[in-house]
Amino acid sequence: MSTFVQQLINGITLGSVYALIALGYTMVYGILKFINFAHGDVFMLGAYIGFLAAVYLKLNLVGCLIAAMVFCALCGIIVEKIAYKPLRNSPKISILITAIGVSLFLENFMQLIMGADSRVFPRLIEEKNYHFLHGNIVVNNKQVYLLIITIILMIVLNYIVKNTKIGKAMRAVSQDMDAAKLMGIDIDKTISYTFAIGSSLAGAAGVLVGLYYNTINPLMGVLPGIKAFIAAVFGGIGVIPGALLGGFSLGIIETFVSGYGSSMYKDAVAFAILVLILLFKPAGLLGKSLKEKV
Amino acid sequence: MRKRILILAVILIIYAIFTLGMKVGIIDDYIKLNILLILLNIILATSLNLISGITGQFSLGHAGFMAIGAYTVAVLITLPKPLPFYLSLLIGGVFAAFAGLIIGLPVLRLRGDYLAIATLGFAEIIRVVIQNIDYLGGASGISDIPQGIDWTGYYVIAILTIIILSNIINSSYGRAMVAVREDEIAAETIGINTTLFKVLAFVIGAFFAGIGGGMYAGYFGFIQPDIFNFFKSIDILVMVVLGGLGSLSGSIIAAIVLTIVSTLLQNVPAVRMVLYSIILIIIMLFRPQGLLGKREIRLSDILSFQRRGV
Repeated sequence: MSTFVQQLINGITLGSVYALIALGYTMVYGILKFINFAHGDVFMLGAYIGFLAAVYLKLNLVGCLIAAMVFCALCGIIVEKIAYKPLRNSPKISILITAIGVSLFLENFMQLIMGADSRVFPRLIEEKNYHFLHGNIVVNNKQVYLLIITIILMIVLNYIVKNTKIGKAMRAVSQDMDAAKLMGIDIDKTISYTFAIGSSLAGAAGVLVGLYYNTINPLMGVLPGIKAFIAAVFGGIGVIPGALLGGFSLGIIETFVSGYGSSMYKDAVAFAILVLILLFKPAGLLGKSLKEKV
Repeated sequence: MRKRILILAVILIIYAIFTLGMKVGIIDDYIKLNILLILLNIILATSLNLISGITGQFSLGHAGFMAIGAYTVAVLITLPKPLPFYLSLLIGGVFAAFAGLIIGLPVLRLRGDYLAIATLGFAEIIRVVIQNIDYLGGASGISDIPQGIDWTGYYVIAILTIIILSNIINSSYGRAMVAVREDEIAAETIGINTTLFKVLAFVIGAFFAGIGGGMYAGYFGFIQPDIFNFFKSIDILVMVVLGGLGSLSGSIIAAIVLTIVSTLLQNVPAVRMVLYSIILIIIMLFRPQGLLGKREIRLSDILSFQRRGV
């Protein structure tokens, strides 16, 4: 029983990271209908910015988070303007290949300037373990931070999407881009905001992962990026609550697979989930009709 | 008829020149290695082109099929009673094709991005499963595979691959595949069984990828799951895209160019990949159709052009 609860707690921690990254995929997909392959690498970028901010600027956790989020938001906007905007009316295959190109570029450029080796992420908070049930369940304060920061970011995102003008514009564009344009919505600006918000969430996730696992490397975005995409599809791509549901479910499933089965198979299980969900419920768990997105 | 004889003559002359070069020593082992890599990449790129370029199904799983071929060959020729290399190679190709069939039937219902991700997922599953089978050496792979193939084998198989693929593309089957790429719904309305042709392209592409993997195992004598990872699939994809989705000759030229470029940049792998990615982005932005687009440069055209010129 205690193992089960412990696994569940670890799963939720991992899941909140997936959920944060998945939100970016889902928001971009909701509006532009394409998979931003480079999103996982923006997450890596966030981890490195957090690392640099902590080591050279001696910022605290919140400072690192803000630095990473701002930088990644800018980066997201730049990538969109340079690589995706010129291709907005091209076949999907060209955009997908460009996205793969951007992803490879970010990974290898980072390897070039920061080296391919893993780096130790500075300890931004003092570690504490809380014991429950006679010490059978251990909760690390890093896990608490991770979950709380994730929840705060999600509340902010929810507020932006539901209550602000730009959120309204995003929802309108995702419903019907042409009609939104006719209603006087600046499409380019809305897309830029979407990329900025999605990328800043990924950047925050990067810092949190660096904090939690203590190491970062230039290829750290590849697998979580794909996993988060799987999470987004699992929950229903384009649906924001779906990204949360998918992220947390995938995190929990993965932790259980490595806890009770073999940790080697956790990646294979994630892909198996993807293939199964695509085959039997392509709209995802929460995706109802194609029109209701974001 | 005369054209065919001429083409055959050119193929034989190229073979003779390279063989002589290797015998005399003008082509040293290092250059020979790269020539073999070029031939291997030609097989992989042209076969992926059948799936992605001709039929328009975006697959990121080519490395997975390579892995199946490579491991089949490695196991069969290191058995206590080893099978002959070329029989093993064929079996490896058939296994990969079979995997292509099993994966293709359900997955090809998906389109575009989803198909890419699903094939990527399957290739990764294949790799993870191989990595977890102790009999196959786990993550450290299989080494000391006896060498079963040399330059001649590589050359003959590469030429055969090109001939078979170009015959398929120029047959009615090939035209049906192009129709599926251009407009699936329109193709369906004129009575083309789109599923059949998509699966067919997938199976044939997987077969040659398996052959390519087997050839790798049979010459280099060492395989491990990591050789056939996601980046290998991307590598092959870059060749197809650079050459032009839908152009066999484009894939061949791109395989030659990119193999040489990556060999020259071998000592600086990070720079190589940065250049790779920049090339990819620039091509997509300024020439999304690739170097040759859908056009073909035919050996027979070059030959007849020269004859007219003379």
